Amino acid sequence: MTSKEYRSITQIAGPLVFVERTEPVGYNELAMVALPDGSERMGQVLDSSDEIVVIQMFEGTTGIPKTAGVKFLGETMKMPVSRDMLGRILSGSGKPLDGGPAIVPEDRLEIIGAAINPWARDNPQEFIQTGISTIDGMNTLVRGQKLPIFSASGLPHNEIALQIARQAKVLSGAEDFAVVFAAMGITNEEAQYFMRDFERTGALKRAVVFLNLADDPAIERIITPKLALTTAEYLAFTLDMHVLVILTDLTNYCEALRQIGAAREEVPGRRGYPGYMYTDLASIYERAGRIKGKKGSITQIPILSMPGDDITHPIPDLTGYITEGQIVAKRELVRAGIYPPIDVGSSLSRLMNEGIGKGRTREDHKAVSDQCYAAYAEGRDLRGLVAIVGKEALSERDRKFLEFADEFERRLVQQGREEDRSIETTLDLMWELLASLDERQLTRIDRKYIEKYHPKYRKKE
Amino acid sequence: MGKEGVIYRVAGPVVTAVGISPRMYDVILVGKEQLMGEVIKIVGDKTIVQVYEDTSGVRPGEKVVDTGQPLVAELGPGLLSSVYDGIQRPLPVLRDRMGDFIERGVSAPGLDRSLKWPFTPVVKKGDTVAEGQVIGTVPERAITHKVMVPPGIGGKVDMIKEGEFTVDEVVAVIGGKEVRMMQKWPVRRGRPFARKMAPEEPLITGQRVLDTLFPLTKGGTGAIPGGFGTGKTVTQQQLAKWSDAEIVVYIGCGERGNEMTEVLTSFPELTDPKTGKPLMNRTVLIANTSNMPVAAREASVYTGMTIAEYFRDMGLNVSLMADSTSRWAEAMREISSRLEEMPGEEGYPAYLSARLSEFYERAGRVVSLSGETGSISVVGAVSPPGGDLSEPVTQGTLRIVRVFWALDTKLRERRHFPAINWLTSYSLYSGQLDGWYRQNVAEDFPALRNWAIGLLQKEAELQEIVQLVGSDALPDEQKLTLEISRMVREIFLQQNAYHPVDTYSPMSRQYTFLKLINRFATNAAKAVENEVPVETIANMELRNRLAKSKFEENIEEELKAIAETMDKEFEALGGK
Ligand SMILES: Nc1ncnc2c1ncn2[C@@H]1O[C@H](COP(=O)(O)OP(=O)(O)OP(=O)(O)O)[C@@H](O)[C@H]1O
Ligand SMILES: [Mg+2]
Repeated sequence: MTSKEYRSITQIAGPLVFVERTEPVGYNELAMVALPDGSERMGQVLDSSDEIVVIQMFEGTTGIPKTAGVKFLGETMKMPVSRDMLGRILSGSGKPLDGGPAIVPEDRLEIIGAAINPWARDNPQEFIQTGISTIDGMNTLVRGQKLPIFSASGLPHNEIALQIARQAKVLSGAEDFAVVFAAMGITNEEAQYFMRDFERTGALKRAVVFLNLADDPAIERIITPKLALTTAEYLAFTLDMHVLVILTDLTNYCEALRQIGAAREEVPGRRGYPGYMYTDLASIYERAGRIKGKKGSITQIPILSMPGDDITHPIPDLTGYITEGQIVAKRELVRAGIYPPIDVGSSLSRLMNEGIGKGRTREDHKAVSDQCYAAYAEGRDLRGLVAIVGKEALSERDRKFLEFADEFERRLVQQGREEDRSIETTLDLMWELLASLDERQLTRIDRKYIEKYHPKYRKKE
Repeated sequence: MGKEGVIYRVAGPVVTAVGISPRMYDVILVGKEQLMGEVIKIVGDKTIVQVYEDTSGVRPGEKVVDTGQPLVAELGPGLLSSVYDGIQRPLPVLRDRMGDFIERGVSAPGLDRSLKWPFTPVVKKGDTVAEGQVIGTVPERAITHKVMVPPGIGGKVDMIKEGEFTVDEVVAVIGGKEVRMMQKWPVRRGRPFARKMAPEEPLITGQRVLDTLFPLTKGGTGAIPGGFGTGKTVTQQQLAKWSDAEIVVYIGCGERGNEMTEVLTSFPELTDPKTGKPLMNRTVLIANTSNMPVAAREASVYTGMTIAEYFRDMGLNVSLMADSTSRWAEAMREISSRLEEMPGEEGYPAYLSARLSEFYERAGRVVSLSGETGSISVVGAVSPPGGDLSEPVTQGTLRIVRVFWALDTKLRERRHFPAINWLTSYSLYSGQLDGWYRQNVAEDFPALRNWAIGLLQKEAELQEIVQLVGSDALPDEQKLTLEISRMVREIFLQQNAYHPVDTYSPMSRQYTFLKLINRFATNAAKAVENEVPVETIANMELRNRLAKSKFEENIEEELKAIAETMDKEFEALGGK
């Protein structure tokens, strides 16, 4: 709209630049700051009044002097999107990093996505087989779900995410799919690990990669997931693809959010994170799902590391309140040498019931997984007791539960990094484990399923 | 000053305007696109407005218009089975007008202006009527909709019509004023009624742990706090599905889009056990999901409550669910912090607990202006950060509500659903309702319930010992206590919301279950005295059968069969 340049910066603090006496500027509009060396940096208007305009700089304020010129672009941030983005590697602010040509846009989309009208949503219910038993059997993922991995430093969340990305498929067969991968503040080494795997498996051709690494500006992280999800929405709802979005690491995103809050001198919420962090995270996670009458879908697997392994920390906590469950990685399991170290007790998939059962996975799925949960929980409780009173003090019944828990971890949870188990294999394995218990303890399973699937009766066939 | 002014400042959902002098909470149209907002603060010549839509691109200098009206809900035929956003815009209309995503600047009235409804007057020309009095009826889905004289109007009926009308056609003239089927009411103000009465009947929900152990009343208030994934939404949806209210108002306040979709797809397929009609027919849904504008989220609970009050005034029992009141409180906090108000605890505004009590106070059983008895039961989900109940929203809520259903992460991790902790939850109505239960369920029902509560408490004490010495060290009688309380937990308390039979348990069946477990306990105690090992009792086929009966399609016969064979099976155990 206007190309007038202002030289009226009054204050620079953290990622914020304050400019006075401008023409009326719209909230959330883009601003461009020209540095003395001729380079330019982009920012966004956070607060606009007749007297002062506050700009949040995406790439930080390092090197910006008070004499820098500021221009307002008269529009909010848009992202060029196109089918040709598949196979490309972009920076955290969407610039090509792979030496390839600039993206020729088929469309330019607002990066702050509008909310999907709940009336327009379609129920996610299509089972995605990840080949990982603890997910498929116990915490089933469906298309259009947002299911984060709660992890912690030093745990193999990247391996798990990659294994899911490699093996994920729907049983109904081949369909147009894509992966959108957004890295926020992860190390170069971690990024390399992802890229190598994408190349090795040929997934890169079907992927759009956004990389904001640990040494990239922290503030850029604020827009990286928005760019990634805008791309995903285009692929899913305009080009009819089934898109899997992997976002890692949301903890770094939240740190950046906190940094901006502090710079704006906002009243902080819990542990210094902004009071609006729930709403902000929701504006990311809710950009998953299905829409009535559209073929494509967006499934999200955000990864976050729990500071101090603490699941009540605001980042995992607020995430859990928004997402449709969580896959929790536990250090104890790593110590016991178990991969993937997924703790099924604290994990949950809320859309599981939609995606399993007759015609989707198998009729006995719900009952068997409920039974495994109950038995595993009971067995685990007994471990505490055994540590005090010894195995001898246990009744015969309890001893069996204790052994069940050990076997469950050793055989069902534990699997190879390249091992792709079919849902049938997983369910049969669950039955095999349950068969070690007295049949009368299987109170959560209907008689008819026991007769049909219990190994004892199956052998007779 | 005039009705029009200009924008001075825009910061997110909070816009400051100059040049107008509105009243607090009047609706202001902001900017070129006339986005709807509400006055939340007035300082000197500046008016501060919270805007219900995204303000991206809105600039200082753009026009604002003072409508001179507060935010109102439209009330009349057509509410039932509607799906609204937080400011009562119908979501299907929004989708027609702007596609799959919620854009902005579209206004859509709450009630459809084109539909005609058959109006039958119940008063005639020359009668004298007062505000709130019923002047006619309209059949609407699950109910007979009563058209009432809007508050503030009364006098002689100068004219009244019969026939088919839209909601904004004049159907009567009363005291010289035109009356339509639709009336408007400011959402932040409770609708008037004649007097409040104490609740005296339970709200039967078909959920065993609720109805038997911690009952809510018609007109009562309850809270369900719990960490993420513990079952707040499932429990509230169960109440919306099965509670014996005539009207359900379900407010999805700052929660997930997919959950709303689930309600929208499952409710039309489910039938109300009372009327046999689709559940959606008695339901009004308000969906302001977490990524929809935060100011509209703040307003959504009031919109829902006003609709509930309107049906209450017709003499109906309404149950209102708000999921989650914490998101509402956070919306208040967010707006308050943009206003740079002095924060109270954890950044929440100092008026948080006052707002919470005002909201829950709008619940209750009342005699309406027209002399009918109606009620609103309110159940609020609370989402405490980190599951820590000492935080301000939970504490503010617990000071007001009379029923507390405590969800427990430990229980949910072992898939004990509903994960309602039986030791920490309470209902202050419980004792008051004993008479009702005696009369309507069974004379010995309160006694049985107290037996179950006592048993569970005993179990908790024994568990502490078991943690130290193992269960084998306990005497047989105590082992049996553990075994019976396990039965109460697994058979009675656990209830699977997704199982077609188990999802709803009528009061009579709840009683039968308790009675059978109790009889089992008496028999078992005798057997133990006769030196039958507890393990043998625990492994009885009968016990297994009882455990599974709740999933049987022919459950009633199954329970009868169990009752008939029980004594014999115990005799067969022998003993000394
Ligand atoms: N009564 C029940 N029967 C069976 N499953 C249940 C029941 N209650 C809860 N669940 C299980 O627990 C899951 C989580 O429940 P729900 O979504 O109600 O949690 P919530 O407390 O609302 O969480 P949030 O605060 O994150 O919204 C459900 O998806 C379901 O799998
Ligand atoms: Mg919920």
